[in-house]
Amino acid sequence: MRYQALQTKLWRELWHMRGQVLAIMLVIVGGVSVCVMSLSTYDSLLNTRDTYYREHNFGQVFAKLKRAPGSLMRSITEIPGVALAESRVIAQVNLEVPGFADPVSGLLTSIPDGRQPRINRLYLVSGRLPDHRRDNEILISDAFSEAQRLKAGDSLVAIINGRRRSMAIVGVALSPEYIYQIAPGAIFPDYKRFGVLWMANRPLSAAYDMDGAFNDVVIQLQPGASANGVIDRLDLLLQRYGGRGAYDRDEQFSNMFLKEEFTQLKTMAYLFPTIFLAVAVFLLNVVITRLVSTQRDIIAILKAFGYSNGQVGLHYAQLVMVITVLGILGGFALGIYLGQITTTTYTEYYRFPVLLYTARPLMFLGVGLVTILTALFGTWRAVHIAVKLPPAEAMRPEPPQYYRRSWLETLGLQRWFSPPGKMIVRHMQKKPLKTGLSIIGLSMAGAIMMVGNFQTDAVKMMMHVQFNLAQQQDLEVTLYEPVATSALSSLRAIPGVEYVEGLRKVPIKLHYQHRSFRTSLQGIPADSQLQNVLTTELENIAMPENGLMVVEHLGHKLGFSTGDVVMVESLEGQQRTVPVTVTALSQQYLGVGSYMRRENVNRLMGEGDAVNTVLMSIDPELADLVYQRLKEMPLVASINIRQTVIESFHNTLKQVLLTFTFINAVLGAVIAFGVVYNTVRIALAEHGRELVSMRVLGYTHAEVAYILLGELALMTLISLPLGFLLGTWLCEFMSYNMKSDLFRVPLVLTSYTYAFSALVVIVSALVSGMLVWRRLRTLDLVEVLKTRE
Amino acid sequence: MPPDTSDVVFHAEGITKVYDMGEVQVHALRGVSLDLYRGEFVVMLGASGSGKSTLLNILGGLDTATDGNVTYCGKNLTRASNRELTDYRRHHVGFVFQFYNLIPSLTAEENVAVVTEIADDPMLPAEALELVGLGDRLHHFPAQLSGGQQQRVAIARAIAKRPAVLLCDEPTGALDSTTGVVVLEALRRVNRELNTTVAIITHNAGIAEMADRVIYLIDGQISDIKNNESIKTPSEIVW
Ligand SMILES: Nc1ncnc2c1ncn2[C@@H]1O[C@H](COP(=O)(O)OP(=O)(O)OP(=O)(O)O)[C@@H](O)[C@H]1O
Ligand SMILES: [Mg+2]
Repeated sequence: MRYQALQTKLWRELWHMRGQVLAIMLVIVGGVSVCVMSLSTYDSLLNTRDTYYREHNFGQVFAKLKRAPGSLMRSITEIPGVALAESRVIAQVNLEVPGFADPVSGLLTSIPDGRQPRINRLYLVSGRLPDHRRDNEILISDAFSEAQRLKAGDSLVAIINGRRRSMAIVGVALSPEYIYQIAPGAIFPDYKRFGVLWMANRPLSAAYDMDGAFNDVVIQLQPGASANGVIDRLDLLLQRYGGRGAYDRDEQFSNMFLKEEFTQLKTMAYLFPTIFLAVAVFLLNVVITRLVSTQRDIIAILKAFGYSNGQVGLHYAQLVMVITVLGILGGFALGIYLGQITTTTYTEYYRFPVLLYTARPLMFLGVGLVTILTALFGTWRAVHIAVKLPPAEAMRPEPPQYYRRSWLETLGLQRWFSPPGKMIVRHMQKKPLKTGLSIIGLSMAGAIMMVGNFQTDAVKMMMHVQFNLAQQQDLEVTLYEPVATSALSSLRAIPGVEYVEGLRKVPIKLHYQHRSFRTSLQGIPADSQLQNVLTTELENIAMPENGLMVVEHLGHKLGFSTGDVVMVESLEGQQRTVPVTVTALSQQYLGVGSYMRRENVNRLMGEGDAVNTVLMSIDPELADLVYQRLKEMPLVASINIRQTVIESFHNTLKQVLLTFTFINAVLGAVIAFGVVYNTVRIALAEHGRELVSMRVLGYTHAEVAYILLGELALMTLISLPLGFLLGTWLCEFMSYNMKSDLFRVPLVLTSYTYAFSALVVIVSALVSGMLVWRRLRTLDLVEVLKTRE
Repeated sequence: MPPDTSDVVFHAEGITKVYDMGEVQVHALRGVSLDLYRGEFVVMLGASGSGKSTLLNILGGLDTATDGNVTYCGKNLTRASNRELTDYRRHHVGFVFQFYNLIPSLTAEENVAVVTEIADDPMLPAEALELVGLGDRLHHFPAQLSGGQQQRVAIARAIAKRPAVLLCDEPTGALDSTTGVVVLEALRRVNRELNTTVAIITHNAGIAEMADRVIYLIDGQISDIKNNESIKTPSEIVW
């Protein structure tokens, strides 16, 4: 117990400054918990998904075809590298849910008679597998079941080959292959209007005239086998049977979207915490430096008594460590807690059958170490500055000779300043570095508030562009097969339909140099009224007569731009590959698409005037009637209603994006408050004695508070525009880094974002100001004058 | 009676101290040379601003001279490393400051303990406080003590480690005569019993009468050094 007295000093001062300690801890807790939350959520999701894939034998190679005899499976199994192959029948189906008027579509997938599939095993949430001896038993996906409140024992109507058939639901299931469930042609999941269904192979094949045949294959590879080799062989085998091109997991619809989202999550999971921790750690540094420097005379005394620099440093390091470690532990705890909440949200959102919350020790170590090292660095710097002065000098009250007349005063503006006004300006001028750091700290606090907020506006902008500028239709109807444009007249004739326009959509693969990308090509009529294509400046332009328009994002991704020639490989029909010139890049925040005049697409496909997607505007009064009539048409595969698309889009984003954003905004505010409060408290510590002297000289409490709070107000004011600037940069940075095939986040900064960030900083300043005001009142004049701060 | 020259504790030669303040330079010391001897009791007198504190701080290793040489027991302080200076202050010197410089968050006893904990053969903090008549104020915080009491805590803190030299900057400035005598008695006891060299800065010419030697400073220079023929005890001093 050699330094008992210093230990006592340590604990007593920690207790004495508990308000400030708490505020510093808040900053650390904010930074650390965002890190832990984001990183652990991301790790957990990755781990959960991989475990799910592994335990449920998610396929590795997939292929769709028109129809092949079951006997072909032997040749497929014999392809070198194939460990296991399973054939299936998959059919699109229109459904009718009792008591629900909107059109509902579904995807019917066969499972082996009387058993689980070996590949893409199902997870039975409830009920049992369908009996292959009955021809009306189905399993439905969990998401659909929940959205429509359907459960085992209920029934629904499926329209199979034009006939309405009642189906008995015997169970609810999940599949690794349909984590992301999106209706063909839709952009976002809508579980109310699209469901995945499973049926035993025998009855399903019978219903679709596929007895002894299949139209879908899934393959599991031998360890180490190359997917590409297998894909090439498989394509050769399936060519005769209308194969649409085999693909691996990277292009499997659900997995692809999941991967995209995870990439995006990863960006958020790393970017946000990096920004937050960097800001928190910077602020920690500033606060600690100032905290230690308020004790420079005590440091001098300790030195005068023969304490070495090391011992003095150790003492302050301990002080800082107590605060930091407490903050880190608090951050860990809060981060784990929030991480579990977000992980649960995501797990529910993706409907993973299990939740594996994973928090790597290495992450804790890294985050903790970064924080501790920065705190120690700040301490070291402050102590270093303090011990560098000869003790005789450091011990004296800060020498008054460093004060100068401020440049504002030299400009002849002194008559504007009362003595307290001069004090404010001189305080700030005397320590330009400290003042500067405080201002930067306040600005950063404002900046991170903007980062937390701007995404909400970005989402609004995305919706606006997609649903107001680009898409004008009320309904988008997907047809089973391309039909001649003349067939549209039957749709036009439906009462309530006001306008109809036919599109030709083709799944394609775009090749540029050695890169390629699967997307859809939309053939748009020259006189399109409902589907606008926007330039990168978001202006509506007419489809160029020739050539291809591609979403800018894809251009960046594949490396081409206007004027380049890309190869378009159609994945439907004859599967030709033709060169096409890119005539323009377009802007679109959702999804990735490419556009051409419809007649050019028809020519590419070697067909006449054909369409397979129909856009409509309808009379809202007659909507239900229109749906009813459309559902009855055998041609119609699915119907997407604009309004519901908007809603489901909104819900999706709310869950995925805004959970994070909300938590980040709250933690940002916590950090902001911590910084502001510390700034004021330190100012109080630095000037307390002086202020009390003024009280003794007859200044009122308000006049004295004005000096202290005036400084705070001035710094806050200066920090606001700076914060806007910094925040704009950070948002730009985020927006730039949050690009995915699923969506791009545009940089939209509304006055609300600015105002909100300013508000948080100002409110923090007001609350801190009030706390300090009260503290000033309780300062005992006599006591303060007797001792030296 | 000046002790013989082999017992020189401090040997200062031509020290100057210049504060550079940009436009003006303040010459706080302008070539001070002086010897202090083991066990002697020295009083420094001089007008305000004459450089007394500056000189004492340089002797104590708290500040460095702009020019000149100071040795302590043959060791050169002007060229000492940081570590050597620390060691010097820790084991050889006791300070009483013009400003009390107590640590506000520690009680009287704890303020003394800050020093005794790093000293080699210290008194107990309570013992040191008893010596300055504060035996009943051990657990008071500085803010709960009068100015004079705070000064006495500072003195207790300085003598508690039984230093070889004791440097005091106006130790009795804020005290009434009775307490002043108590403090001076304590200083003298340390001086006599432990053979500690004591240097005191004061504005009270009376105190000079208990010194072995009196050093007069004017405007950064020593104007006179006087050996006292008859040395008074603190209680005989007229305030
Ligand atoms: N840090 C400093 N910067 C500039 N000048 C200083 C500084 N410290 C002291 N001085 C100047 O040095 C001169 C000597 O100061 P010092 O403190 O030694 O005087 P002193 O004799 O102790 O006076 P007092 O009896 O009033 O305490 C004074 O003129 C003072 O203004
Ligand atoms: Mg002095």
